[in-house]
Amino acid sequence: MAEAAAHAQPAWVLLAYLIAGVCFILALRGLSSPESSQRGNRLGMIGMAIAVLTTLVTRYVDRVCVTAPGDPVAASRYTGWCAQGNLEPYLWILLAIAIGGSIGIVTARRIQMTAMPQLVAAFHSLVGMAAVLVGAAAYLNPEAFGIAVRVTPILGPSIINIFPQSRIEMGLGVAIGAITFSGSVIAFLKLNGNMSGKPILLPLRHVINLGTLAAILILIAYFTHDQSPLIFGLIVALSFAIGFLLIIPIGGADMPVVISMLNSYSGWAAAAMGFTLHNSAMIITGALVGSSGAILSYIMCRAMNRSFISVIAGGFGAVASSGEAAAIDRPYKRGSAEDAAFLMAQADQVIIVPGYGMAVSQAQHALREMADQLKAKGVRVKYAIHPVAGRMPGHMNVLLAEANVPYDEVFELEDINSEFAQTDVAFVIGANDVTNPAAKTDKSSPIYGMPVLDVEKARTVLFVKRSMGGVGYAGVDNELFYRDNTMMLLADAKKMVEEIVKALG
Amino acid sequence: MDFISILSIFVLACFVGYYVVWSVTPALHTPLMSVTNAISSVIVVGALIASAAAGSASSKWLGLAAVTLASINIFGGFAVTHRMLAMYKKKDRKNG
Repeated sequence: MAEAAAHAQPAWVLLAYLIAGVCFILALRGLSSPESSQRGNRLGMIGMAIAVLTTLVTRYVDRVCVTAPGDPVAASRYTGWCAQGNLEPYLWILLAIAIGGSIGIVTARRIQMTAMPQLVAAFHSLVGMAAVLVGAAAYLNPEAFGIAVRVTPILGPSIINIFPQSRIEMGLGVAIGAITFSGSVIAFLKLNGNMSGKPILLPLRHVINLGTLAAILILIAYFTHDQSPLIFGLIVALSFAIGFLLIIPIGGADMPVVISMLNSYSGWAAAAMGFTLHNSAMIITGALVGSSGAILSYIMCRAMNRSFISVIAGGFGAVASSGEAAAIDRPYKRGSAEDAAFLMAQADQVIIVPGYGMAVSQAQHALREMADQLKAKGVRVKYAIHPVAGRMPGHMNVLLAEANVPYDEVFELEDINSEFAQTDVAFVIGANDVTNPAAKTDKSSPIYGMPVLDVEKARTVLFVKRSMGGVGYAGVDNELFYRDNTMMLLADAKKMVEEIVKALG
Repeated sequence: MDFISILSIFVLACFVGYYVVWSVTPALHTPLMSVTNAISSVIVVGALIASAAAGSASSKWLGLAAVTLASINIFGGFAVTHRMLAMYKKKDRKNG
């Protein structure tokens, strides 16, 4: 029963971690509506403060009062507060928190809302790296974590033996953490434009990936036999490699899935560390975050009508569509900002469909101005959001909120799709694949079966696009451009909207 | 705590997570990601243990590095979530 004794913690500590876990559950619960969301966020902060303070206090008591740190049984027996302790490690900890905290707060204040996907990817990589570092620290000093016994043979020096079960938990924790780290770094580079969004396809990549994954699992199993640094190092190194290999073949359009998946991984890494440290706050949080990311990945896959496996396998959007060349010659109607202003001013209802292009050209503020002018003329204005519009779940909603668009004018696909038939103008700005009617009719199209916004049912479709040449991220031509009721507004999204605002004024 | 109690907490928390996350409104999916990011940095608990422990110096420095990284995430994650959530407004004036 050495193991159980090593993990014994006083009841108040267990209770405090449990309360922290409950705070985190309530933090997510708060996000069910914008009104309760701020309260939820505050509860999250309180939970984190409880977890951190509890750890610092118990460790202080532990450090000062336990005379035999090598003895797990003694380490579990707290004798109460002791007055004279060495505070030096705490100064270092405060310094680390101060440095990290200021970097975090400055970044959070300065970041542009359009860059949110990159920021989230960067944050994921930090969670992953932190998990690897904690795992390595636990490996180097297992007694401090109460996960080892010191065995003193009759001859020779004493050996510190990490419990086999803890070795598995630790191995899994660092492996998931390392995958999260390197995967998120690649996702960040792709989202930030430092690396092409085009998939990079290595020959035999499936064989390499599966082989590496199998090797990691075998090494973790072997780790229970042999706790040598070589095995530990190999697990970490191979996991860094597989994270990198898994993300490079995935194209820009699949980024919403990737980023949700990495979100999930960061949660599982925290949970695995929670198992290692027998800490309920970490386990509860890890499970919450893990399921959150998994559900978001599922929602994103469903919105693209793709299976999770096919996204992970990668390569989507790598081959340009053969229809592209033919498309350039087809006749289409081109309109000016004045035409668009005239059409919208006459309308009863306008539905705006934003996409990634709006984010790229930062058109959200001009768009809201346009909507304000239309509303002043008595036009009803609504916004329709496709789940995969943008580069991460909910990306468009945040940008519209940033531009002061009230959230009750913004609708999800299933809530607004039936309204296009009774709408005078659908104003598509920077979205493409999510409006493509081929998804409903053309069985040969790579996006066939994907739920799309029925913009073509509106009396007129105004389609803001930089030029006729480019195709959407799925690499397919959009039938919508050549319809009789479609007017193409070819310009930079922001410039076009600003001109429409001028024409309306 | 023995392994089975830990496992029970984990499995039940997965179910709680499943139902809680499905009730999150899609409009708040980006804040959901940033706040889950912040709370998954509760891993800082492990980093603090390593930093405060006596024994291995390298373990302590790894712990301190992890505390720094996790702190970026905790403060940055909660702050950016707060900033985003503050932007969500209802239609209270004529021209929001």
